[in-house]
Amino acid sequence: MTVALDALDALESESIHIFREVAGEFDRPVILFSGGKDSTLLVHLAVKAFAPAPVPFPLLHVDTGHNFDEVIDFRDTIVERLGLRLEVAKVQDYIDDGRLVERADGTRNPLQTQPLLDAIVENRFDAVFGGGRRDEERARAKERIMSLRDAFGRWDPRKQRPELWNLYNGRHAAGEHVRVFPISNWTELDVWRYIQREEIELPSIYYAHRREVYKRDGMWLAEGPWGGPRPTETVENLSVRYRTVGDGSCTGAVESTATTLDEIIAEVTASRLTERGATRADDRLSEAAMEDRKREGYF
Amino acid sequence: MSKDLLRFATAGSVDDGKSTLVGRLLYDTKSVLADQIEAVQRASVDKGLSTPDLSLLVDGLRAEREQGITIDVAYRYFSTPTREFVLADTPGHVQYTRNTVTGASTAELAVLLVDARHGIVEQTRRHATVLALLRVPRVVLAINKIDLVGYDEETLQTIAKEFGALARSLGFADDAVQTIPVSALVGDNVVDRSPHTSWYEGPTLLEHLESVPVVGPEVAKPFRMPVQYVIRPRRADARSADAPRWGELHDYRGYAGQVAAGVVRPGDAVTVLPEGRATTVTHVDTADGPLDSAGAGRSVTIRLADDIDISRGDMLVATGSEPTVTTEIAATLCWLGDRPLRPGARLLLKHGTRTTPVMVGAPEARLDTETLTEVPAETLELNDIGRVTVRTADALPVDEYADVRATGSFLLIDPPSGNTVAAGLIGTPLALS
Repeated sequence: MTVALDALDALESESIHIFREVAGEFDRPVILFSGGKDSTLLVHLAVKAFAPAPVPFPLLHVDTGHNFDEVIDFRDTIVERLGLRLEVAKVQDYIDDGRLVERADGTRNPLQTQPLLDAIVENRFDAVFGGGRRDEERARAKERIMSLRDAFGRWDPRKQRPELWNLYNGRHAAGEHVRVFPISNWTELDVWRYIQREEIELPSIYYAHRREVYKRDGMWLAEGPWGGPRPTETVENLSVRYRTVGDGSCTGAVESTATTLDEIIAEVTASRLTERGATRADDRLSEAAMEDRKREGYF
Repeated sequence: MSKDLLRFATAGSVDDGKSTLVGRLLYDTKSVLADQIEAVQRASVDKGLSTPDLSLLVDGLRAEREQGITIDVAYRYFSTPTREFVLADTPGHVQYTRNTVTGASTAELAVLLVDARHGIVEQTRRHATVLALLRVPRVVLAINKIDLVGYDEETLQTIAKEFGALARSLGFADDAVQTIPVSALVGDNVVDRSPHTSWYEGPTLLEHLESVPVVGPEVAKPFRMPVQYVIRPRRADARSADAPRWGELHDYRGYAGQVAAGVVRPGDAVTVLPEGRATTVTHVDTADGPLDSAGAGRSVTIRLADDIDISRGDMLVATGSEPTVTTEIAATLCWLGDRPLRPGARLLLKHGTRTTPVMVGAPEARLDTETLTEVPAETLELNDIGRVTVRTADALPVDEYADVRATGSFLLIDPPSGNTVAAGLIGTPLALS
């Protein structure tokens, strides 16, 4: 008698199937890789999909310039270890030569869209793997696993192709590309349980550590190249960790003493806030902040 | 602690309260977190409502919230201590077939909603027909808004009986159907048992979802695996870390794919289709090492005893239980394109991992979902279901959809636009009695 696949095995098999479909049907795929937990999971799954051969795709990082050093070091270590090619598209370059202007609120996440789209065009990437999950946010819940983008990188949620069985339709015209989300059906807790099971290494800032932080809009922010506390904001030294890793200006830490994966999983299970709600100022801009950014071509 | 995974879908007509039911399921399983609830509460107050509108939890797009309707299939996730759930929430009115077919295609179970005040309506029949056609193994009829009929047992028994007859006529076995009286708004029998329905002895919706078997019928079928990709390490790709085992890697040639049906084990006799060469499985590999066996749903890499020319699009199947290899396929189409089928149209067909040009003949019949009978048809329009014959450029190894969902299904793609215009089911999977 065959027993049902464990949930993590079922999700892993689905993700591997998606990676292999893209390898079989596209000419120039790329994996978006920031060094964050979701994109690290993506790369881990890609390695498993093609073992013992190497991953047949390069990596692309859209660098806001507002990075945590630990994450960039981790990114470079992984790239080196896997022997993969890493392209970096830098928001800072766009600001330096005037193609983009720094926003009043200092947040650079929305500024990533143009460098991303330019990198896709310049490298003629036809499939772009992202670590988006449908449980993250309401607009993402409507996203397909293979999602067409027009020549301007735009997403039209009302014109999505129906996605049936495990038959993916990746047809696209010249200049268009397809965004592919292999971990669409994973939840935050699945990601952590799998990281634990597979012993996947992550940047240290995902684990509790002491850091100087200040409170803004209900989030604990850290000082960095993106700025620091205003005169009215007081700095405290707290034990914190990051649940998501994005642009430093808008990614908050949560108070935590979780230094092991067991403790993190216990914390995520008990949490009463979603990871984006807790730590991402960019998603609080409006009720449809993510939908609006996605329509413009964001991840 | 190991959990399994149930994929299920919901379907219902407009105003049956489906979004509210899904919201209730998420809310009562504590799958909705404080910031999401606060957002819903804020939005409910803005809309002038006195209680939080749980449907706002699931309507994700700006246009949906503005119009108060659900436009597109949305995927939701929740879990209990023993099981994880992936829910495809399919809207009832706009493009109902397109959305229901999409949600049902991956579902092991479907929850169909009716309003207790209205009972079985035309759309219920249509949805049930699509679920039967797509061979969703199990169906739940959730009779919603029972609070509005005073929790009257007789009303519910009448609806349950009528649905039982409908389900039987569509080919569902009696033990594949469960009827549950619920109130999504109040929470009766969704997660917690209702104090008002003491006459009801069955499970709550969540109890039922937690207890149905998740192993699909595919595992018991003969082995099938479309080859997705050939894994063959090249020396140019080898890194210094691989040097010690290069001798072993050098000869590695594995066929990567997801087992579509049955189980595969080392030593199994398999045939490569459409060519027809027979060989033996030597290894069922994963990145974590070889497996003794792999069942439907598992992604693996298979090594074979003989050096055969195999590439993406080929299919490995159990020798002795081969599917039919053919260039002429009798199929049922669910038409999903905005423009109708033009008889004689040249389209692309994706089956397994092979995409091949096809010519689609004139429809032989269309299903009238109101009377559940076949009627003559000149064409198929959006949301129509009909029978056609498809001529394929490449020979395809096909199973009847009624036997094996994964190798009995295909997509039709319109080459200029790239759009998916039809979901294809091989044979006539709807067994009307």
